[in-house]
Order: sequence, then C-alpha cells, then structure tokens
Amino acid sequence: MAVSTGRVAAAGEGARGRHDRPGRLRRALSAHWYAWAMIAPVVVVMAVLIGWPLARGVYLSLTDATEANIGRTIGVNVIPATYEFVGLDNYLRILTSGLFWDKLAWTVVWTVVCVGLHYGIGLGLAVMLNRRLRFRSVYRVLLILPWAVPAFVAAFVWRYLYNSDYGVINGLLKAAGLPAVGWLDDPTTAKIAVIAVNVWIGVPFMMVAMLGGLQSIPAELYEAAEVDGANAWQRFRAITLPGLRQVSSTVILLGTIWTFNMFPIIFLVTRGGPGSETEILVTYAFREAFTGVRNYAGSAAWGVIILLMLVVLAIGYRRTLRSQGDPW
Amino acid sequence: MSTTTRTHGPGRGRERGQGRGQGRGRGERGPLASIGLHAGLLLAVAVSLFPVVWLVLTSLKPRDSWLSAELRLFDHSSLDNYVRVLSATEFPRWLLNSVLAAGLTMLGGVFLAATTGYAVSRFRFPGHRSVMWLLLITQMFPVAILIVPLYNLMAGLGLLNQIPGLVIAYMTISVPFCAWMMKSYFDTVPVEIDQAAMVDGLTPFGTFWRVALPLARPGIAVTAFYCFMTAWGEVGYATVFMSQEDKRTLGVGLQQFVGQHWSDWGLMTASAVLIAIPAGAVFLLVQRHLVTGLTAGATKS
Repeated sequence: MAVSTGRVAAAGEGARGRHDRPGRLRRALSAHWYAWAMIAPVVVVMAVLIGWPLARGVYLSLTDATEANIGRTIGVNVIPATYEFVGLDNYLRILTSGLFWDKLAWTVVWTVVCVGLHYGIGLGLAVMLNRRLRFRSVYRVLLILPWAVPAFVAAFVWRYLYNSDYGVINGLLKAAGLPAVGWLDDPTTAKIAVIAVNVWIGVPFMMVAMLGGLQSIPAELYEAAEVDGANAWQRFRAITLPGLRQVSSTVILLGTIWTFNMFPIIFLVTRGGPGSETEILVTYAFREAFTGVRNYAGSAAWGVIILLMLVVLAIGYRRTLRSQGDPW
Repeated sequence: MSTTTRTHGPGRGRERGQGRGQGRGRGERGPLASIGLHAGLLLAVAVSLFPVVWLVLTSLKPRDSWLSAELRLFDHSSLDNYVRVLSATEFPRWLLNSVLAAGLTMLGGVFLAATTGYAVSRFRFPGHRSVMWLLLITQMFPVAILIVPLYNLMAGLGLLNQIPGLVIAYMTISVPFCAWMMKSYFDTVPVEIDQAAMVDGLTPFGTFWRVALPLARPGIAVTAFYCFMTAWGEVGYATVFMSQEDKRTLGVGLQQFVGQHWSDWGLMTASAVLIAIPAGAVFLLVQRHLVTGLTAGATKS
C-alpha cells in the first residue's frame, strides 16, 4: 500500500503541472496539503471535543470540585466557582484506599476473563464455520444475532432472565429439580452473571473478525501442509494461528479496551451491586460523579488513572507487536 | 472475502473421494466429525438465540403472566404489552429522541470519518501514523474522564437536555472508530482507479468526491449504520445529560420500567422488542459488509 500511494501523490503533482523545484518544506506541503486538509476536520473535532475536556478533566482532578462549589448559573444569578487547587490529594486518596485496589483487581479479572472467552469462543466458532458445511450461512447469521441487539436492551433482557423469582434460568433450574439461585444477589454469582452477559454480546464480533481473517489465509497453504502429512492440530498451529496474527492483535487490543471500559452491562444489569461488588473502575467513577454529593474532582481523578493505565497497556502492547515485526 | 464462494455441500466432496476408491479425500471429514461440528454449532446457536426468543415470547404474554415462575411458552398470547407501551408511556417520545440523536450523530460521524479514512488510506503523509494512533487512543477514553468536563461544558453552553449536546458527546465516541472502518474500506478500493482519475485531470478532492466515495458506498452505509447503533445503544452520557422527562432517550427511559422498587417486565420486554427488531433487521442486511469493513484493513496492510 505504501508504495502505491507514493505514486498517487506523484500523479497528483504531475496533474497540476509543476515545473519549479521548491524546498523541502514546500515540497512536503504541496505533496501533502490535501491529505492534511482532509484529516483537519477530525483533528479539530477531536481537539475540541476530546482535547479540551481532557485538559479540563485533568485540571479538575487536581482540585476539590464538587457539586457544591463548582459554580453555576441559576436563572440570572451566577454563582462563582469556589473550588480550590489541591494538587495530588485526590490521587493520593484513591491510590491509598483499599477500594481502588479491590475495584482494579475485579476490573482486571473481568477484562481478562471476558476477552479470553470472547477470543477463544469466537475463534472456535470461526474455525467451525470456515469449513464446508451444510447450512453454513444460516448458522452464521444466527450466531451474529446477539451483536444486533443494542447493549442496553441485552442488559435488560438478561436482567429479566436472571430474575430470581420470575427469571427463566431459575425456572429451568426448578424444572430440573434444582434449587433456585439468587443470581444477582450474591457477589460471586453476580460476577459470573455479568461476565456471561458480556461474553454473549461480544463473541459475535470476535467470530466475525476471525472468520474474515481465516478466509484471507490462502487455501494452498493447507493443501501443501496436508500433502506434507501435517495433522489438523499441526495445521492449526502452523498456519491458522500465524495467519490470524494481524487480526488477532487488533481485535484483542480493541476488545481489551472496550471491555475495560464496558459501561452499560454492569451499570444496567447489576447496577454495580450487590453492594459495589461488580462495580468496575469505570462504573465506579461514574457513580462517584453523579450520585449523592457529586464529587467531580474525585471522579475525574479516577478517570485519569483509568486512562493512564490503558495508555500504558496500549503502548506496551504496541511495542511488543512491533518488536515481533508487525507494522503497527 | 465473500463467504459464498465455497458452497459445495460436504456430500459432494465425499462422493467424489469414494468414487476414486480412496476413502475420504483431503479436507473431508468423517460422519462423526460432521455430527460433532453440527452439534457444536447448534449448541452455540441455541445460546445465542435463547435470550432473544424468550424476550419475544415474554412480550406476547398477558399483562401479569411474567409474574408466574412457571415455564409456559404460549399462554393467551396478545399484543397487550405493545399497546400499553405505545399508548400509556412516554415510549414514543423517547423513541423520537433516540432517532434524532442517533441520526444526527450518524450524519456528522460519517462525514468526518469518510474524509479522514480516505486520507489515511491513500496518502503517506507525515503524521499519518500518529493520526491512526490518536484515533485508537481516543477509543480508550473511559466515560468517566470526559463526562464531567463535558457535562460542565454542556451546562455552560446551555446544551444540557438538548439533543445537539448529546450528539456532540456521541461524536467523541463514534468518529474515531468510524474513521478506522472507512480506512479499511478505502483500502479495498484499488488505488489504480484513483490514479486513472487523477491522470484524467481530477484533483485529489475531486477524486475522493467523484470516484472513491461512490465506490465505497457500501462502506459508507455500514459506517453510517455503525454510527447510528453506537448512539442508539449509549446509556452513560444520555443518563447524565438528558435528565428531563421529555428529553430522555430509550436507554434512559427504559430504566424506568425496571426500577429498584418496581418492575414491569411486560412493558420492558415489549419495548425491548420494538427497539431490537428493526435494528436487528437492518443489522442482518448489512452484516456481510460489516464483516468486510472490520477485517479488510486488518488482514491486508
């Protein structure tokens, strides 16, 4: 791709009939100005909508801003902000609290288990679907279906399925002569429950991405391997997995970020409960900002910490991939 | 990428193999493996379908029958719940708000994503890599860090409880990912076509507008759909920004049906079906393209 685009740029210049030999900066400018012009809207929008709030969020996290002192306009009365700069107090308080480490531990478990299951099940289904098979497209469409359900609808549906009195899961358990389980009332079962919901929602995406990756692996490789006498497992190890590397690394990184920040499932299925047992970092930070006395500064500090962790993760991940020769 | 290119049933291949008297041919599997494969897929289908099927069945049950723990599939089926949702609740209002917010997000998102995707796909300009990286980084932003400043910003601009305010917040989520998707699509359009257009005298913008964009039409459709779905399914921002009763979106409004102290699963299931069925139908129509878009970029590069 990189080679051919150079030619496009050259063709663009040729079309405009350049004769002079400008300096390096001017050359770069004339060769790339349209590319920069085309990304300008996004860069501007990102800067305004993400850059500015981000900067302000970081600033807020260094203050003691709450609902009470943030300053606002009620009718014609303007109440000035009275919050003060407090330095790293918020961060210290969060990092020295057991609560944060509890939440972090559960968030990591939640992310690793969810992404692991997403990837494993998605890859398994994709491999199954990538065979010659009767009703292949029917299976495929039916398996993609959960992806079509908006996350909040899925959350409500599952909450109903889990309902201890009227839920069908307990109904089935009772029908089988087993005791009902208070799915969302016990910390352990509630955690299993939210993971199950997230896996249900997330597997189709992985499956579809993997299927696309599998189909881009040349069939000749498999034929050659078979001629050489490789068995199914060896072919999977030596051809399928390496062939999927590119797709895998992308979807695992995206999946990790999405799961780490997965807000609606936990917010709507368990509301973080029982207690705050299923609350992940993101939902906790949200709750901090918008329930009770709204602790804006604290919430912003939680947000900054979450973001820093993800950035470190992504950079580390990218480095690893690069050192293995991926063009990231 | 087409998935329909290899549609021979397993039967045909096996006949051919046996005809040559070699037992199973290469790449064929025994009947036992076939049964296992189908069993595995059927199980997966059952898991993926069950919640949806149960949702539809429950929504058709009479008003209070979800209160019974008994498992009955059909029991005086009626459209009662649907009538109640549409006539006795704010559902139509929420629906309108959601459609507006998601529709506007879609328009803005696609416009911004298309130009960026094209530039990143076609031109190797200085900073090209950092743009993609920047877009990926914004995917990492947790709601928590932007929501407070955005909330204050919206409050300052008088945009709380306003659809445009919500749309602006949604753009921060949808634009980065959509730009990635559009890049993938433009990667699948052969560069030679662009080159031919430029040789014929079109400017880079002209090439983008008149040649590349029309060719990427399926990609745009899918990106638009994805944008729409992102906004359609969002809950966090909507919960905070749209506190006024008549400004709620579906994701916020539905929380009312199943509150802490009172739940009406009849209303909830009926409205969930009303929300999920149209979205699901469109989704299944475009999913083939969706697959291509998501993976083409990743598999090619």
